[in-house]
Amino acid sequence: MSNKSLVEKVRELLRSHGRPSREVYFDLENSGWVPREVVEAMIPYYYERGFGHPSITHKPGWEALEAVYEAKELVAETIGAKGIEEIVFTHSGTEANNLAIMGTLLASRNKRGRVLVSSIEHLSVIFPAEKLGERLGFRVTRIPVDGEGFVDPEVFKAYMDRDVVLVSVQVVNHEIGTIQDVRELVGIAKDVNPDVVFHTDAADAYGKIPLDVDRLGVDLLTISSHKIHGPRGVGVLYVREGVKLEPILYGQLSSEKMWPGVENVPAIAGFKKAVELAFNDFEGNVAKMKSLRDRLLKGILDHVPDVLVNGPLGNRRAPDNVNVSFLYVEGEALTVELSLRGIYVSSGSACTSRVLEPSHVLLAIGRRHEEAHGSILFKTSRYHTLEDIEYTLEQLPQAVERLRRISSLKKQ
Amino acid sequence: MSTRIPLPYSPKVLELFRNPKNLGPIPDADVVASAGSPACGDMIRIYLKITRRGGKDVIEKASFESYGCAANIAAASILTEMVKGKSVEEAWKITWKQLSDELGGLPPIKYHCSILAVGALKRAIRQYYSKKKNKPKWLPEQLTPDEKQVLEEEEMIERYYKASKP
Repeated sequence: MSNKSLVEKVRELLRSHGRPSREVYFDLENSGWVPREVVEAMIPYYYERGFGHPSITHKPGWEALEAVYEAKELVAETIGAKGIEEIVFTHSGTEANNLAIMGTLLASRNKRGRVLVSSIEHLSVIFPAEKLGERLGFRVTRIPVDGEGFVDPEVFKAYMDRDVVLVSVQVVNHEIGTIQDVRELVGIAKDVNPDVVFHTDAADAYGKIPLDVDRLGVDLLTISSHKIHGPRGVGVLYVREGVKLEPILYGQLSSEKMWPGVENVPAIAGFKKAVELAFNDFEGNVAKMKSLRDRLLKGILDHVPDVLVNGPLGNRRAPDNVNVSFLYVEGEALTVELSLRGIYVSSGSACTSRVLEPSHVLLAIGRRHEEAHGSILFKTSRYHTLEDIEYTLEQLPQAVERLRRISSLKKQ
Repeated sequence: MSTRIPLPYSPKVLELFRNPKNLGPIPDADVVASAGSPACGDMIRIYLKITRRGGKDVIEKASFESYGCAANIAAASILTEMVKGKSVEEAWKITWKQLSDELGGLPPIKYHCSILAVGALKRAIRQYYSKKKNKPKWLPEQLTPDEKQVLEEEEMIERYYKASKP
């Protein structure tokens, strides 16, 4: 066992990895780079203006409040909310999902009853529902999905009854890009129980497909800044007027009743810039990520044998998402192999977690373990170029081929 | 997705992952054994060519194939390097800890790769002598703790896999 510090180990690893001659980052699911213009929108709020607490009565505080309100106003506009009163800032998408689930359960804890979540929700929905829900005496059920990740409306109807107090189904799945018909599910839910609270995690839908809270009919909706090239550290929960939530954090007074602690005003200013960039030419941006995505997916299927596409094809798949399983190779090894070639992706393999279970999303759509272990997720954005895609399509087949040569699993 | 736990792989692991030694089947291997399973995302296969030299069974050639993560590939590669030219008895004594140390210290979460590689080797050695029907004295009757651990993992994944399938 070496006595090197962890810092030294990481530095050694990075030195040994080296800087590839070309780099393409596709792991926009887990986080991503923040463009310069977004960073530049943040900088003044660190030391020029608005660096005060937005709840305090002085000019730097009011400047901060102005920035917070501006961002809320813009977000409200992009999702068709009535106004800034319906927008709550948290410090991440995970926190917004936790607030949605735990806040609703706490507010309805006297009702007991049931909670429905789809079996492919982000774990920041599933875990708070199961952990707090069961402690408070709710029955929490994961609704099954089909092989492409869709909740069948008929199946949903069978799960829905008057005791259900909360439903959470995301608009776009974060791993396999399934675009769910949330509007239809909301209709079914509200028909059975008009008082049910319907939450949707739209972190992977925002900026990628049009969203309108009234058209969808949802009560709560989650957005995350870093999924649209905004800075990390900003989450949004839309809370429809009249929907009751209980805070899950307590602390200082804040302009944010539901989320105490000083607002991260510079990050909020950066998020606002990222929203502008995503929505100023929404259709152009989406068309670009989609055409790059289509090129990437087609190239993979054309150049690599024994590949499974995870999730639906066509218009029911989010425009940025490519999720494929490369059979006979293990995904973690492939992420390392691609990293050495300057291509940065993530995998649904269990290999790094030692919990044995690969991605719960891939298992829920019926992938076998060895299929899930070989999965790789790419997300394209308007910042990628055709050259990035071509470079990836040149490297990826070689990378897969090399690991297949090493592999003890072979095509039968 | 779940490639999330920070893994400060050593430069050695990265180097062996880039350029694995002793890769691929040995056509005239005396014994081939695997450990792990596709379902758990790790499977190592070891090939050994054994000859009798100076009154001892000596591993003349060793090679591997690995379906698994980068550490898994590196562990299998270095193990085949370590056993080459050793007597089978010496090779039997290699522990997963030694293997991990040779790799510059695996992160704890990856110890299992080293256990699996040693498990495959031990399985190959047992298989070799059971085929020849002459068990040397130094080879224990009972499974060693390393071997048991591999077996338990394989059984656990098997049960888990069955349970998770409708």
